Amino acid sequence: MAENGNGSVKEGFKIPEIKYTKLFINGEFVDAASGKLFETRDPRTGDVIANVAEADKVDVDLAVKAAREAFDHGPWPRMSGYERGRILYKYADLIEQHIEELAAIDGIDAGKLFEFGKAVDIPGAVRMLRYYASAADKIHGETLKLTGQHQGYTLKEPIGVVGVIIPWNFPSMMFFLKVSPALAAGCTVVVKPAEQTPLSALFYAKLAKEAGIPDGALNVVNGFGPTAGAALTSHMDVDNISFTGSPEIGRVIMQSAATSNLKTVSLELGGKSPFIIFDDANLDMAVGLASAAVFFNKGEICVAGSRVYVQEGIYDEFVKRVIEVAKGWVVGDPFDPKVNMGPQVDKVQYERVLKYIEYGKRDGATLLTGGKPCGDKGYYIEPTIFADVKEDMKIAKDEIFGPVMSLIKFKTIEEAIERANCTKYGLAAGILTNDINIANRVSRSVRAGTVWINCYFVFDADAPFGGYKMSGFGRDQGMNAIEKYLQVKSVITPIYNSPWL
Amino acid sequence: MGSETNGKVQEGFEIPEINIKFTQLFIDGHFVDALSGKTFETRDPRTGEVVARVAEGDKADVDLAVKAARKAFDHSPWPRMSGYERGRIMMKFADLIDQHIEELAILDTINAGKLFKIGKLIDIPGASQLLRYYAGAADKIHGETLKLSRELQGYTLKEPIGVVGHIIPWNYPTTMFFFKVSPALAAGCTMVVKPAEQSPLSALYYAHLAKEAGIPDGVLNIVTGFGPTAGSAVASHMDIDKVSFTGSTEVGRLVMEAAAKSNLKSVSLELGGKSPLIIFDDADVDMAVNLAQFAIFTNKGEICVAGSRVYVQEGIYDQFVRKAAETAKNWTVGDPFNPNIHQGPQVDKAQFEKVLKYIEIGKQEGATLLTGGKACGDKGYYVEPTIFTDVKDDMRIVQEEIFGPVMSLMKFKTIEEAIEKANNTKYGLAAGIVTNDLNTTNRVSRSIRAGVIWVNCYFAFDTDCPFGGFKMSGFGKDMGLDALDKYLHSKSVVTPIYNSPWL
Repeated sequence: MAENGNGSVKEGFKIPEIKYTKLFINGEFVDAASGKLFETRDPRTGDVIANVAEADKVDVDLAVKAAREAFDHGPWPRMSGYERGRILYKYADLIEQHIEELAAIDGIDAGKLFEFGKAVDIPGAVRMLRYYASAADKIHGETLKLTGQHQGYTLKEPIGVVGVIIPWNFPSMMFFLKVSPALAAGCTVVVKPAEQTPLSALFYAKLAKEAGIPDGALNVVNGFGPTAGAALTSHMDVDNISFTGSPEIGRVIMQSAATSNLKTVSLELGGKSPFIIFDDANLDMAVGLASAAVFFNKGEICVAGSRVYVQEGIYDEFVKRVIEVAKGWVVGDPFDPKVNMGPQVDKVQYERVLKYIEYGKRDGATLLTGGKPCGDKGYYIEPTIFADVKEDMKIAKDEIFGPVMSLIKFKTIEEAIERANCTKYGLAAGILTNDINIANRVSRSVRAGTVWINCYFVFDADAPFGGYKMSGFGRDQGMNAIEKYLQVKSVITPIYNSPWL
Repeated sequence: MGSETNGKVQEGFEIPEINIKFTQLFIDGHFVDALSGKTFETRDPRTGEVVARVAEGDKADVDLAVKAARKAFDHSPWPRMSGYERGRIMMKFADLIDQHIEELAILDTINAGKLFKIGKLIDIPGASQLLRYYAGAADKIHGETLKLSRELQGYTLKEPIGVVGHIIPWNYPTTMFFFKVSPALAAGCTMVVKPAEQSPLSALYYAHLAKEAGIPDGVLNIVTGFGPTAGSAVASHMDIDKVSFTGSTEVGRLVMEAAAKSNLKSVSLELGGKSPLIIFDDADVDMAVNLAQFAIFTNKGEICVAGSRVYVQEGIYDQFVRKAAETAKNWTVGDPFNPNIHQGPQVDKAQFEKVLKYIEIGKQEGATLLTGGKACGDKGYYVEPTIFTDVKDDMRIVQEEIFGPVMSLMKFKTIEEAIEKANNTKYGLAAGIVTNDLNTTNRVSRSIRAGVIWVNCYFAFDTDCPFGGFKMSGFGKDMGLDALDKYLHSKSVVTPIYNSPWL
């Protein structure tokens, strides 16, 4: 078991029984056609938790076929939005009955905090599902104001078979972020979960069936990106791909969609989000929020506020306090309720973060705290802060996806805006100030999809979320998200002798 | 029990045990007597007998209820909860209704003569479905950010309007209750409901279930009583922000006047109708006859959108008349607990006598009585399904809302004539069109001045479909997301912005 940065010993936690390890196609759990399996490991120890069926092109083909059949002939799109909503509500209730088990699975698969999973992650996914369940009977087109003697209206039709490729950092939330609106819209879905975190998705498939989601409407094919993922993105019979993950893979997916059947694509990619703290900010609140913004979920979050800009008036005091706060972050077994930060998700990510820490040192940034792994087992890293960072350093340009904060001093509001925007990304930004004019100006000036004022990580089922620039396009959450899974059809008829036009 | 018009033997059926649990006013989360101690009788239209005495609220009780609702709006959790949380409680409320369907259907049958089987299968489940629709809308109520022409930032906030007064009729006690209460609750408002004096019982049961579901005290209050006293107190109350009313056009005027004279509270009115059903030559005559029958005799004609004026194109007119007379014979009238009955009694003596009076007027005006025309049975308020032909546009039976099972059947020649006749009414609630011709459908649906047009169907209500009148059938919509607007007001918030990179 790993020890944390401050030396206290943590107890282990009993691994939950892993019940579902096969592919879920057309309502059944099945082996991969090749019979192949792959290992999924526990990042607390590096040990194998389970062997999971490994899908390849053949399996993806079967899943897409089932989804196509379910869409073209099955009940799911033919039910009213109300009826789909009732089933999705049942699904939400079933998930709620298994919160502890699901949180434990994400804990051992992705190193996610168990208490947080039970209190926030899984209930948040349930909340998302309920939001879309009750949106299903409120999807409206419009009647139009045509200039000729024609009547016209738009129909919002389900787009068809949707391919969902999700990452490993929030296995449950990501699953429902994509699947809920797609199902609500009347689409059928094939999900390719991240190979690092295949387990909770399979449990969700089982609960979906129990809730009454018809066979073929939801399929889960676990496997690797270059095989299963690529098969899905290049499939000629998939109508849309919805992806959350790294920008590199996002490019591959978009190209794949272009070279196959021009399926529509939505991408939620990486970020290097700025957190801008003005002189009038409450210092303790600022320090707490800035730490959470980059250390939460071990920094494995696309919107991590990894670049912290502090105005010069409070900079020195901020530095003093943030080091203290960072030292107080407890790193250890995610099942321990006293722990703030679990292990990085796997060896690859772990080594990558450590490499970026070396880059930071090499490029001349000042290491204020952390900078080392902790424990001799698993993938634990200390909360790390660099100061004197410049925008052209690798640690300021690239998304590290780990608990590494880059601290930068600024003088004027114009400087803050310019430096905040000095990134190819544009996912989120935070602003800390009580001045209404600063808040309004900076929020409109920062080119990012979500701007948090005096808060951070405030996600809400009703708030659209997505990127600008190379952080991607398309929105999750909110009613906007359903649009990704709908197509607009205009229907036009001539009218004769209408008393009005 | 009422006997049948067509002589068929009535099969045996069970009348369930009738248990009336709630007969007091519901104010601030508690069942209480009226301050005056007065009670009024509520009668069973199957027999005319009294089934319960219910607390009779008056102005003083309305004052208490409004006070509770005001306190709840200004200080209680309800408007301060997220839409999601309100939605969860409303979902619980819907689930509780589903657990008591039979009991609730019984109350509406003995109060309003409603068909028990339809209550269990359609009316009550429809109400919980409506409640769920708005429960799921509560977290999706959006204002907008605006596109101002100067260096200003602006957005609209959709805020709950405050304390709402609902005055509901007796023809669909359950449906009407949830038509009004569901969107108002979802919006975060608090309310005082004044149910019709003919049908107070199910509303009080719903109040009990609301409390059980977790709706905080004071959010939903019920003051049973009469229009001129309790209803009037609601319409003219200085601390009610909005009154929503469904009922007759006459009383609708009074409500609007009272609102104007008191505090200019906003008003929505869903009033009467004299809806036309227009049947073209290309219609399937059997389908059309069944639809026409359904459109006027359903719920004993006590429905605002009843298709009480049937216009049949001359090519199929004679055939239609013959079949209509035949088909009416199969429309059975009797005890609404009998699952084989199509039509129960009119709601009370006053309505019963009014319908019979209109039948007499029709005869006097020279219309031809094709079938029906008489009361049936010697107990209760049963009226035979009635059809008049040779009706002229200026007859009273064609211009005035009868609110009973009385069809006026008329012939027309051209589409223009049909449109003109259909629009020849002060009302504009609904209309039906039967044709398969695309152009006829499009033209007539756009030409008729009514709030809902049913093409090749009738009574096709849906939770997502806005419903409300044109002209003297009122204004404001129930159902659909539009209904929420009645219980919200829009606040614009504007701030100067400096140095914005875009405008």
